[in-house]
Amino acid sequence: MSEPFDPARWRPAAFLPERDVRDPALIFAIAVLCFLACLTALGVIAGDRAAHGWSGQLKGEATVIVRARGGETPDAAAARAAETLAGVPGVSEARALEKEKAYDLIRPWLGDVTDLEDLPVPRLVAVSLDRKRPATATVLQEALKAQGVDAVVDDHQIWIKDIRRAAGVVRLSGASIFLLIALAAAAVVAFATRAGLAARRDVVQVLHLAGAEDNQIANLFELRFARVAAISGALGAIAAALTGALLRLIGGGAGITPALPIAWLDLLAVLPCPLLAAIVAVVAARLTARRLIQDL
Amino acid sequence: MSRNANDAAEDPSADEILRFAGVSMRYGRGPDVLSDISLSLPRGSFHFITGPSGAGKSSLLKLIYLAAKPSAGTVRLFGEDVARMAPGDLPRARRRIGVVFQDLLLLDHLSAFDNAALPLRIAGHKPSEYRGDVAELLTWVGLGGRMNALPPTLAGGEKQRLAIARAVVNRPEILLADEPTGNVDHEMALRIYRLFVELNRLGTTVIIATHDQDLVARSSRPVLHLDRGQLKPLPPQGPQNGGAGRV
Repeated sequence: MSEPFDPARWRPAAFLPERDVRDPALIFAIAVLCFLACLTALGVIAGDRAAHGWSGQLKGEATVIVRARGGETPDAAAARAAETLAGVPGVSEARALEKEKAYDLIRPWLGDVTDLEDLPVPRLVAVSLDRKRPATATVLQEALKAQGVDAVVDDHQIWIKDIRRAAGVVRLSGASIFLLIALAAAAVVAFATRAGLAARRDVVQVLHLAGAEDNQIANLFELRFARVAAISGALGAIAAALTGALLRLIGGGAGITPALPIAWLDLLAVLPCPLLAAIVAVVAARLTARRLIQDL
Repeated sequence: MSRNANDAAEDPSADEILRFAGVSMRYGRGPDVLSDISLSLPRGSFHFITGPSGAGKSSLLKLIYLAAKPSAGTVRLFGEDVARMAPGDLPRARRRIGVVFQDLLLLDHLSAFDNAALPLRIAGHKPSEYRGDVAELLTWVGLGGRMNALPPTLAGGEKQRLAIARAVVNRPEILLADEPTGNVDHEMALRIYRLFVELNRLGTTVIIATHDQDLVARSSRPVLHLDRGQLKPLPPQGPQNGGAGRV
């Protein structure tokens, strides 16, 4: 038996059902894809930062191999080279490395030779370059030549090119994966919206035949699915932010690993997700509602 | 009264609410379900549409309530050529028509009261303007104690009456009913018929598609008889067909 009904207290009910048995599954599917999209976005940002860091580190350094000439000892030649380079504009610091460092570098080829003193092992000078205006290899080479130092300057260009290429691949792959997942998420939102609308064809038909304008009908579905998509997007974004935070915490100050550093601020990248999901749902709902109305 | 089709096609009068001129209709690429229909109905008239199943009664109604377009010919509704109506004018035209659909098309998640009030809400009226009228109408059709009930909990006859209440709630200029007495007993069928007569007396043009020959016979209202998509003279069925309409 129905409850006593007082028309004076009646308030119009929503044209669309408040709840739908399909909603939980729909929210779960969209949330998972939004989670993956957000996580990929965080990965892309961290990867970009890592790639930037790698090339930045290499760009800020140069290594000079110094060979002793005439009666000069290798150590004296290295010291003179370091002194010369320290005075070159664009150089922050030049430091002659201990001979043990040079021995360590050639030990893999010569084996564990106990006495290397008799060999003419070149010495190394580590040069830190000014980050803003780094001196070029040519400038360094000419400065050394002017002082009569026999040396070869390695500004790591060959490595920088490789690193740049690797960084580009990382960025491109990350961006592509993000784009794919974001598109998949958008497609699922659109598909789910269409399916939901098709399931409510009866409502569309009744409203249409009772004289509702197309916009009136489309607005109902837009709001309905925008809300579902926004909730899903928020859940996916929160889950991704929590995962990012966890990785940041586990990885310590450098993030999950020095190779993929996640910063706290990166987590803000997930913020647009609910809005974007809602926008996709609104567009899909509008297009689908109009098509459904036309097909009636 | 309906008029001779040829006369009507040549002489559109000011009080004409509906005119079909050489109207045919088909679904997709199928055969014509309506063929070369010409008719003219004056404002405030009351007609039955009869004919065997598949004769095209529901299709004819669809054309009138603007749920389908003719494949040939012209439909004029409220004095306007439907094919020339701007898209924005179609919803406004539909609001002037009340329809009792054969399959009722009630919204199961809305209460009986919400279902009945639906056309008024769509037309933009405020609840305070129509609450009382809707309650009164539902009471009149015998659903006074079922206003808060959802359609799935209503009996077949109750659903039918609810669909009728929704169709007439905004006092439409045209009321179309597709088998409105199909699920109700004889007494309720007569009661519903009397509601339609009352609405007609108040100026609503009423068109009822029905198989209920008894109802048609009792009413002595004009009949549009469809046979295989064409308007035909009503076949003789006894003395009760005195009110058959002319086509």
